[in-house]
Amino acid sequence: MAFEPREEQKVLKYEELRIYSDAELHNYTDEELKNFKVKHDIPDVDELEKGPWPSFVADTKREALHRKKLAKDRMMIEADVAEDLLGQLQVSFDDGETHWKHGGIVGVFGYGGGVIGRYSDLHERFPSIAHFHTMRVNQTMSKFYNTDYLRCLCDLWEYRGSGLMNLHGSTGDIIFLGTFTEQLEPVFYELGHVLQQDLGGSGSNLRTPSCCLGKARCEYACIDTQDMCYELTNHYQDELHRPAFPYKFKFKFDGCPNGCVASIARSDMSYIGTWRDNIRIDQEAVKAYIGGEIPPNAGAHAGRDWGKFDIQKEVINLCPTQCMWMEKGKLMIDDKECTRCMHCINVMPRALRPGKDTGCSILFGAKAPILEGAQMSVLTIPFVKCESPYDNIKAIVEKVWDWWMEEGKNRERLGELIQRYGIPKFLEVLEIPPMPQMVTEPRSNPYIFWKSEDVPGGFERDINVYRAKHKR
Amino acid sequence: MALSTERLGLYNPAKPMENRLTDLGPRHFWQYFPPIIQNNYGKWKYHEILEPGVLVHVSETGDKVFTVRCGGCRFMSVEHIREMCDIADKHCDGYVRFTTRNNIEFMTDSKDKMEALKKDLQSRKHVSGSYKFPVGGTGAGITNIVHTQGFLHCHTPATDASSMVKAVLDDLFDYFQGMTLPAQLRISMACCLNMCGAVHCSDIALLGYHRKPPVIDHEVIDSLCEIPLVIAACPTGAISPAKTEEGKKTVKIKEERCMFCGNCYTMCMAVPLADKEGDGVTILAGGKISNRISPPEFSKVVVPWLPNEFPRYPDVCAHVKRIVEAYAADANKYERVGDWAKRIGWERFFEKCDLPFSEHLIDDYRLQYDTYRTSTQFKYTEAAWDVSRAAGGIE
Repeated sequence: MAFEPREEQKVLKYEELRIYSDAELHNYTDEELKNFKVKHDIPDVDELEKGPWPSFVADTKREALHRKKLAKDRMMIEADVAEDLLGQLQVSFDDGETHWKHGGIVGVFGYGGGVIGRYSDLHERFPSIAHFHTMRVNQTMSKFYNTDYLRCLCDLWEYRGSGLMNLHGSTGDIIFLGTFTEQLEPVFYELGHVLQQDLGGSGSNLRTPSCCLGKARCEYACIDTQDMCYELTNHYQDELHRPAFPYKFKFKFDGCPNGCVASIARSDMSYIGTWRDNIRIDQEAVKAYIGGEIPPNAGAHAGRDWGKFDIQKEVINLCPTQCMWMEKGKLMIDDKECTRCMHCINVMPRALRPGKDTGCSILFGAKAPILEGAQMSVLTIPFVKCESPYDNIKAIVEKVWDWWMEEGKNRERLGELIQRYGIPKFLEVLEIPPMPQMVTEPRSNPYIFWKSEDVPGGFERDINVYRAKHKR
Repeated sequence: MALSTERLGLYNPAKPMENRLTDLGPRHFWQYFPPIIQNNYGKWKYHEILEPGVLVHVSETGDKVFTVRCGGCRFMSVEHIREMCDIADKHCDGYVRFTTRNNIEFMTDSKDKMEALKKDLQSRKHVSGSYKFPVGGTGAGITNIVHTQGFLHCHTPATDASSMVKAVLDDLFDYFQGMTLPAQLRISMACCLNMCGAVHCSDIALLGYHRKPPVIDHEVIDSLCEIPLVIAACPTGAISPAKTEEGKKTVKIKEERCMFCGNCYTMCMAVPLADKEGDGVTILAGGKISNRISPPEFSKVVVPWLPNEFPRYPDVCAHVKRIVEAYAADANKYERVGDWAKRIGWERFFEKCDLPFSEHLIDDYRLQYDTYRTSTQFKYTEAAWDVSRAAGGIE
């Protein structure tokens, strides 16, 4: 099976696209790097070079030296940008406060997102980071790359920006950190024309969707997370680039209930792969686990002696629905009682596999604490088939957006809107019936908002009719 | 067409809309899958962690892909990425990927290539001594800490991110390279309540937090901000309109109502909260995202505030380590931090982690009743005897 892009994409060859020569790329020695001192006094920042974990300071210094040794006309912003950044970090430590100014509206023409303005409030002391704007570049699905592509990004960003970036930002984008306003459009043009690559989202729009690694390298994946993520990202390019929403909106695609991309905690619309048939059991492999021939949990606990694997204690007794048992040496599962928590499958991946009739559950409304407290997504649609081009899912998306754009207040996330109106209203919007699976338990107060049409005769009554029966 | 070296490249400021390409979306993923991934897409049968940081995935076709996972900073230079590319070109036919938690994954199609790759990765160190590509982050251990921008790029942080993550991971490095815990333990870090990193469902979350109400820049607030929006931004209604002595429009703040969320500052630059003495770190624990065994959980505040001790946060590191070690010593196999705390009772969690319990940890915001314990089921700990004593119930 193979997937095709919507439109043909040229193959990027670094050798044809590159800016820097090999000599320019290898322009310093380890010895020089050892002796290199940045131009500012940064004693606390230097402390962060110690210890085994990779030091971002050591790395930034490498970039600082590399820039310092490049010819001045081989970079479109100042060479000492990395040095100034470390200098400002030291001052921030000294002052215990950040030195980035609030906001700054910059961007590329026609887009309302993808660029975040950033200015230093110490620009006289650190002029090379006076502007330090961010550009969000839409990552590939599951963040697989080849080196041709990454090297092109490196050359582009070293030439037109700071040479510093995040792989990746929290939402998933490749983040270019730090350039001047003048270079925003040029970077955007290079990305589009040379690399056929677009920016991601920011502001009150669809944020760059992201997904787990799915079927590319995981046996648990119940949906083609990459294909869904790619298709929905491309289908909703207008919503991604041109803010028309009350606030941000996030899609995230998890291939299974293990939730590696955390969609249930951080996306307004969480797609989580699941199945509706039975867990596939290989009884021979179950025996091998019991016999100690295969390490449980794919060897995840190998660092400590936890004793001999005990299927009763480690799998059957921990099953949240108690729907498993052993019978004549065979593992039995009452699949209709299973809630697909993945524990047994995680412990015995060679014996148990998700079913074959797969799709996704859709949950809505997760967000971080701002403003009314954190929310996780609420299970709303138990099972949806996921087949390209996912028209059934797009139909759901559009119902939700129509309602949210109509009723949502400024900076109100979908989850907050659902709370403000209640799930029953949300179900009306989605045109779906309620089910007990939407709640952990039914309400314990009887304050039901009955509507006039629910009650025979409606709410319209005549006090005189009442008084004819009941004297004052 | 090569990347341009003209000052403005392909962009012509005189005709900004000329040749503008928009809505291209991301590049297509399929071309970035190495052949072994393309050939076995959707056919993976099972996987095994061969040693910390090394995985093998076995396909129905019999193919095997070996993955070496490395930790790293999500903040990185193009020099670092180029080195990554050199490694990928040397060992992995030019392919590399990143995980959701900012780990780097190199894949090979044979065990021999994997061994050579691993050796290469472990040998690479920065000139000042730290690993460039530490191998680990798998199974029942601690993987990379996802985090936010902090002082390196953000205008609202109450602490720094990259430095705290570096300090904490230096401290927990053995757990990154080992698999000795009862289950995986996910640490996340966000430098303010906006939580770009959505840390609210982590086994341990480190959260920068302000503790002083905004200071008002009366001189400019009316010209720089929409005052009604600033007032509306406050979730507790603490902000109201006011006038300065000179009669300028401004706002006033009911300080006792401020919960320091910073939402007003997000809306208006004239009400900054950042303050050296006020700002610090809150630690939350017991959250998770996975549906495994128990449902996903929010993290709970277990340490209300610790000072920002730049650059290495010894107090934060010590507190995190205490929680990790108490969990490692006491939890059952497969039990996440939150599951463990629930089983032993949160009162016992505080005792075992040697964390003081203060009134700050009792919810008094809107949904506080959800956390009231309305039962006679509790455990006796020193904190309980203190209450009995204070109430005159015991000597």
